[in-house]
Amino acid sequence: MSSPERWTAARPDSPAATAATPTAEQVIAGLRATSEGGADLVQLLTPEGERVTHPDFDIDIEPAQLRALYRDMVLVRRVDRESNALQRKGELALWVPLLGQEAAQVGAGRAMRPQDMAFPSYREHGVAWCRGIDPTDLLGIFRGTDHGSWDPIEKRFGLYTIVIGNQVLNAAGYAMGQRFDGKVGNSDAEGNPAADDEATMCFFGDGATSQGDVHEGFVWAAVYDAPLVFFCQNNQWAISEPTERQSRLPLYQRARGYGFPGVRVDGNDVLACLAVSRWALKECRRGNGPVLIEAFTYRMDAHTTTDDPTRYRLSDEVEEWKLKDPIERVRAYLARNGLADAAFFEQIQEESDQLAVRLREFCVNIPDPPPDRIFANVYAEANPVLERQREDMLGYLAGFGGEH
Amino acid sequence: MAAPTLDSSAKPQQITMAKAINAGLRAAMDADPKVLVMGEDVGKLGGVFRITDGLQKDFGEHRVLDTPLAESGIIGTAIGLAIRGYRPVCEIQFDGFIFPAFDQIVSQLAKLHYRSQGKLKMPIVVRVPFGGGIGSVEHHSESPESYFAHTAGLRVVSCSNPVDAYWMIQQAIDSDDPVLFFEPKRQYYSSKAELDTSITPQPLHTSRVLRSGAHATLASYGPSVKVCLDSAAAAAQDGIDLEVIDLRSLSPLDLDPVYASVRRTGHLVLVSESPGEASLNSEIVSRVSQECFYSLQAPVLRVNGFDTPYPPSKLEEDFLPDLDRVLHTVDRSLAW
Repeated sequence: MSSPERWTAARPDSPAATAATPTAEQVIAGLRATSEGGADLVQLLTPEGERVTHPDFDIDIEPAQLRALYRDMVLVRRVDRESNALQRKGELALWVPLLGQEAAQVGAGRAMRPQDMAFPSYREHGVAWCRGIDPTDLLGIFRGTDHGSWDPIEKRFGLYTIVIGNQVLNAAGYAMGQRFDGKVGNSDAEGNPAADDEATMCFFGDGATSQGDVHEGFVWAAVYDAPLVFFCQNNQWAISEPTERQSRLPLYQRARGYGFPGVRVDGNDVLACLAVSRWALKECRRGNGPVLIEAFTYRMDAHTTTDDPTRYRLSDEVEEWKLKDPIERVRAYLARNGLADAAFFEQIQEESDQLAVRLREFCVNIPDPPPDRIFANVYAEANPVLERQREDMLGYLAGFGGEH
Repeated sequence: MAAPTLDSSAKPQQITMAKAINAGLRAAMDADPKVLVMGEDVGKLGGVFRITDGLQKDFGEHRVLDTPLAESGIIGTAIGLAIRGYRPVCEIQFDGFIFPAFDQIVSQLAKLHYRSQGKLKMPIVVRVPFGGGIGSVEHHSESPESYFAHTAGLRVVSCSNPVDAYWMIQQAIDSDDPVLFFEPKRQYYSSKAELDTSITPQPLHTSRVLRSGAHATLASYGPSVKVCLDSAAAAAQDGIDLEVIDLRSLSPLDLDPVYASVRRTGHLVLVSESPGEASLNSEIVSRVSQECFYSLQAPVLRVNGFDTPYPPSKLEEDFLPDLDRVLHTVDRSLAW
């Protein structure tokens, strides 16, 4: 299970080895990204909602837990769609849609223990949800009233990081600290980690894998045996550039070069994402980290609300991925197997409507911060030069008699 | 402040800057188990300048980390360790190698306290041996301090003598803000000073008048302070009385002693090895002209490195501010 060769052996004849590139038929159809994850893709729930087994990864899950995952994904999607709409109405300056990536984020997020740490990029609204961050706390960044309002230590969820890949090194350092603090490898005789053992999960995209910081993060985590799960959401597009512009090798196979396991999971399958993430986190807690997970998914909407994907990809591709929707397959499975009734689905729908209303009302009522917020918390300790600038600015503004 | 552990007697002793920083690091590590030292070759080797000599032997491999060879990684992981509650002291091996880490320093280290509204503290020290005059190959003699003084959220200091080095490194480690700590590498072993560990050091972010004088003021930091002191000694032979101020703190600047001096002398010459364009010295010129406009009897003049890349070392004598250039500039100011 933990042998790197097992997960990353180069097999040029395998579909996985060329999975970053569209097939000839897809190219003829004008498609630049593929929807085929290849032979190594770990899947437990098919797009049609059929439960399938996997020789290495399986999961025992109660119907109530599955319904909870469904609820998470529906609510996260609603937050995403409502926020996107708020941008269109001019209430947010920008939104970064996660549409299509709900399973990857909820599966990973729900695999974490409370004491585990997460370092997000800027699209991880679903992970934030799982870490207990109220969706209204995400809005300030995009409305322009703050740079992030949650407590990263208390929530065990770092600040959104917009410079691509920076957070991967920060996560590696944090995970080194978990190891230095003795929070790794305290397993019992059966190999089960202690209740207070810890791990870290770091989120980034396919584009970030080209960054030097991600390479360095792989190196550092590896040489310090850091309990770090690299969770790469390969959503096929880095703004306008397909994954083949970032790599000629499927991303999960890169782990081989760094000496740790890499696994490609169906990023639209919440069960598979949960199972693989749980395994990876456990390996890390046991002292066998790091681990790379490539969640093979698709960015169904634009990069951000300023982007126009029609300039670089065809709707055929989006249509193809619609058939792999992460929420529909769970809904089909729950309904078909009698694990949820109509009342359940209606109740979730109602909850989602209420959440949307709450989000909307909160958003339009966020007050503008006071002007002297510009100077708040630049330093932890006093800075006389800044203090003088602050007084000058306030004095200047006072000259307008409150009408500025 | 850590109890100094230089030797058991704690009597005043003669010490080099290299030994002073080592002793300061040792005192800080003794005082707080969360203080880590990390960087390339800082462990077994004791650093290429031997500043961290013996620390790994005494504190162990988890407190003194020989890191992979990647500067962005050193700062990026130090940030994660700081979030975890550690106080990393990072060594960048040479000034010219700091730029791979520039992104992490400017994008994350400098901004995390601000972005988190004070919830994330960044008690990280980045030690940088800087400046020229050691006859080395390129990227080994640069003065990049202005980039960091320009960046909000960072504190920047530079020591000019062993006694300051001993205290300032401990004060920097004590700070809850990130501190860029510039060490004049050509003075690591050039001279010794008497260190009395029983005194109370002056606050980190304050400048200091090292020599009083009535005719003109020299203000400087790091390796150029010695040049200024030597210049003042030489000028005294000709009856010219120069005041010398060691700025010590480059961000925030403590210019009140400079203003007070200029109001008395009417003449100010700034000395630094870094290129002058858009530099710390240009900032000081701007502030002094604003605060001391009616006291100045000449424009503030600067002796800087030229606005060129650092030259091959056979040319560095002509690039670096020296006694003759400083005195020539003082003469220009006095004759204005």
